[in-house]
Amino acid sequence: MTAPAGHPAPGRHAAAPGARRVLAQAGFEARMILRNGEQVLVAVVIPVLALVGLVQGTFVEIDTAGSSRVDFLTPGVLALAVMTASFTSQAIATGFDRRNGVLRLLATTPLGRGGLLAGKVLGVLAVEAVQVLLLGAAAVVLGWRPGVAGVVLALVGVVLGTAAFTALALLVAGTLRAEAVLALANLLLLVLALGGGVIVPADRLPGPFAALASWLPSGAFGDVLRGALLDGSLPLLPVLVLAAWAVGLGALAARFFRWH
Amino acid sequence: MPHSPAVEVRGLVKRYDGRAVVDGLDLSAAAGRVTAVLGPNGAGKTTTVECCEGLRPPDAGTVRVLGLDPVADGAALRPLVGVMLQDGGLPTGVRAREMLDHVARMYADPWDTDALAERLGLDGFARTTVRRLSGGQRQRLALAVAVVGRPRVVFLDEPSAGMDPQSRLAVWQLVRELRDEGAAVILTTHLMEEAEDLADHVVVVDHGTVIAQGSVPELLATDVDRRGAATLVVHTAHDVAATGLRERLGPSYAVEHRSATSLAVTGEVTPSTVATVTAWLAAQDVLVTRLDLGRRTLEDVFLDLTGRSLR
Repeated sequence: MTAPAGHPAPGRHAAAPGARRVLAQAGFEARMILRNGEQVLVAVVIPVLALVGLVQGTFVEIDTAGSSRVDFLTPGVLALAVMTASFTSQAIATGFDRRNGVLRLLATTPLGRGGLLAGKVLGVLAVEAVQVLLLGAAAVVLGWRPGVAGVVLALVGVVLGTAAFTALALLVAGTLRAEAVLALANLLLLVLALGGGVIVPADRLPGPFAALASWLPSGAFGDVLRGALLDGSLPLLPVLVLAAWAVGLGALAARFFRWH
Repeated sequence: MPHSPAVEVRGLVKRYDGRAVVDGLDLSAAAGRVTAVLGPNGAGKTTTVECCEGLRPPDAGTVRVLGLDPVADGAALRPLVGVMLQDGGLPTGVRAREMLDHVARMYADPWDTDALAERLGLDGFARTTVRRLSGGQRQRLALAVAVVGRPRVVFLDEPSAGMDPQSRLAVWQLVRELRDEGAAVILTTHLMEEAEDLADHVVVVDHGTVIAQGSVPELLATDVDRRGAATLVVHTAHDVAATGLRERLGPSYAVEHRSATSLAVTGEVTPSTVATVTAWLAAQDVLVTRLDLGRRTLEDVFLDLTGRSLR
């Protein structure tokens, strides 16, 4: 059903079905991220290099508590990769889209604000699917052999972590200037990656970091994925901590997000 | 439908940090008409249309678009309304044609994007990313995005900003066609030429309220009636002094400088008035380069209404 070519006759004035609008937006968002060289570097290339480097290299002493290095490190690197897609990439993209009026324009189309948010979350999950497949493949090559139950539980953990970090991304992107979002999103990722209990578990961090990191979303997320993939079960406390962050950050983002 | 306005704004108030940017504004725009909202920067034009688009909730007053509330009935209204934002709203990393095709997917029955792209000359930069487009190219793409759903109401916020003359002609032609097909077109502008050439109805806004409205002839006519006179403007090749002409024409005419090389004569302009002015200039060996007679422009009306000083 299209109009006669080149003729602005009034149409049926109906929106496309809701699912089609949201899926179109999700594909659009994912393509934008995967086409951007910097984003691919941060979201895919660096995590894969980190995994290979940490597993193969002996320059970092890691107490793996009896597991092989690849089994011990892969869950943390997966958590880090998910954080780049759901937090850093999403915050930067949304911050600049907000400044450029993209959020407002799309909110006036049949997509609406709700559809735009749903599309963004699905877009993030699509990018994460690419990350998980590539990182998983690299880990398998390095000797990783996760159990099926562990993988299923880890996917639950990934969804929970995505909720918490996407909410944080929207809170930052919806309240600060685009340039400030860019700086903060990168800085926060670096700080959480090094001292937030993602790759190196909170209880192996020095002194005060150990106490703090397990209560951070990053530390809880790392522990959830390690619990799922190393022990085949979801650890209760980190799951509750991560869920609390998701709810709290979601409420803050809903309250303070500004479209203008 | 033809009797009820497509857009009806009553007593709209919108405050930012306690300061009223829109202050008791009334506006109505009919289907099949181009309505220009004309005013200086900061007059409240953009805020007004953003309230109509459902992007800002009003602090007071009512806004109805096709009889619906843009905020509460947003889901029903969005397929019927097309929007071109002043700052474009185009993601910088997307290719021009990709953006148009993406927004088209939001509608059940969109305009054929190949035809629309050809109409607005988007084909030459279809695969160029938005960040590398010129101002005029961006505006054409933003217009295509606004109309791809074949809307019944179109809001265009400063559509000609940054456009080259060719782009502007293409845009104006499309706006006229949308109107002729029965759409209500509401455009904000501070370009007199745009309002004069394109608008069926002009609403002059300043300090958040409407200070005059009507068709272009109506706005010009009330102005002439008020003065009981017409105006003759002569542009000259050299500087001339108004004093000599004032003496020659007598007290029933006002003579004032528009610039060093143009004079405006206001009064009862007859054939002999024109002859007197040109003869006086000829006596001084000054060539007339242009002579505008009788009709004041919308710009004159606008400047009289909103003041000539910078703000």
